[in-house]
Amino acid sequence: MPGEPIIIKGKKKSGFLDTVKELLPEGGNLNLCLTCGACSSGCPATGLEDMDPRKFLRMAALGMDKEILSTPWVWMCTLCQRCIYVCPMQIDIPQLVYNARAAWPREERPKGILGSCDMALRNDSCSAMGTSEEDFQFVVEDVLEEYQEAQPEFKDMAAPIDKQGAEFFLNQNSREPVTEPDELVPLWKILHRAGVDWTYGNKGWAAENYCMFLADDQAWEHITRTTAKQADDLGCKIFLNTE
Amino acid sequence: MTFSVRAGLKKFNIDHSFEVKNIYEYYAKWIREGRLKVNSDWNKNLKIKFTVQDPCQIVRKSYGDPIAEDLRFIVKSVVGEENFIDMIPNRSNNYCCGGGGGFLQSGYTDARRAYGQLKADQILATKADYCIAPCHNCHAQIHDLSDQREHAWQTVHLWTLICLSLGILGPNEREYLGDDLKDVLVFHPESAM
Repeated sequence: MPGEPIIIKGKKKSGFLDTVKELLPEGGNLNLCLTCGACSSGCPATGLEDMDPRKFLRMAALGMDKEILSTPWVWMCTLCQRCIYVCPMQIDIPQLVYNARAAWPREERPKGILGSCDMALRNDSCSAMGTSEEDFQFVVEDVLEEYQEAQPEFKDMAAPIDKQGAEFFLNQNSREPVTEPDELVPLWKILHRAGVDWTYGNKGWAAENYCMFLADDQAWEHITRTTAKQADDLGCKIFLNTE
Repeated sequence: MTFSVRAGLKKFNIDHSFEVKNIYEYYAKWIREGRLKVNSDWNKNLKIKFTVQDPCQIVRKSYGDPIAEDLRFIVKSVVGEENFIDMIPNRSNNYCCGGGGGFLQSGYTDARRAYGQLKADQILATKADYCIAPCHNCHAQIHDLSDQREHAWQTVHLWTLICLSLGILGPNEREYLGDDLKDVLVFHPESAM
């Protein structure tokens, strides 16, 4: 016969953990921790800020909201999901971390990530370096022309922007056009040699998305909608990412 | 990047008519179909060793082990099977390099490098001359980890090696190649700037 349930008195359950559970499919399995520590033993962030994934989850379960919502460790977890991969119960600790990031006042989140996200909101390029559509187009055309001349085997090579009906819509990390334009060329050459029908978008060409890392849902959605609409407007079948 | 687009479309219920793919799948397909006639003969005698970083966003978080296999197929096709050495653990079980999640921009530089210790040890254990980092964040982080260790290995993009193996890599496209590869199979050497 089961006895009376033991009622643990004291601090009430975590408000934060319960809030996150509401948001996730299957509650992110956040109540299923066996405390085995597989997550922490294989996490490169274990030990930073005296924290690790198991400890973070246990502290949330114990209602230590103040501590877990203020530790900078949430910016040192890279949301790489290896902890989920090795977890026997598939507990979504990275979503707990993501929501802890989102609980920080926006202006107090790390300046570098915040700045990169804000840059991406400046124009429809969605580039974390703030590069305009015109500057991107100028660099692409300039580099292409230079290589068509210097390497005549590639005189017919193309790097189109907004080519209607192209099969592939290609994303490009801003670092190349902005800081190392010669690195654009090997990719173009490969696509040319393989006979691929591709295009960049005038809008949403930039591949990086720091708004996601900033845990700014509204900005992340804006960027995804901008780039997805451009790919659809051009009638591209495949949204192709290089990274 | 692959993950932010795939996850964003799903999370925000964004209607779309395209499929989201990663280019490694296509590099592999184009090599298999003979559209990219890559060749590893350039490394037969040089025997320069390569390892590869499995980007979390693309492997573990998006397409899993099948795309990790495509990645290995590409790398082995361009550098030679005998010149590829895997890190341990690898594929979906690989360690993040520490460049992801915004860590590179977060300002916590010492913590980021401490995080990367595990990755650096993994790379050093392969004794590879080059680590291929086919994602930008990984490239920047792994490059920095190498710099912290007196440049113990070179960090290179995948497209650089594909073009090298096709014999179409020009002199100005070799920023991330070491001295051992600066002069190998140079396409239009006269165009050096």
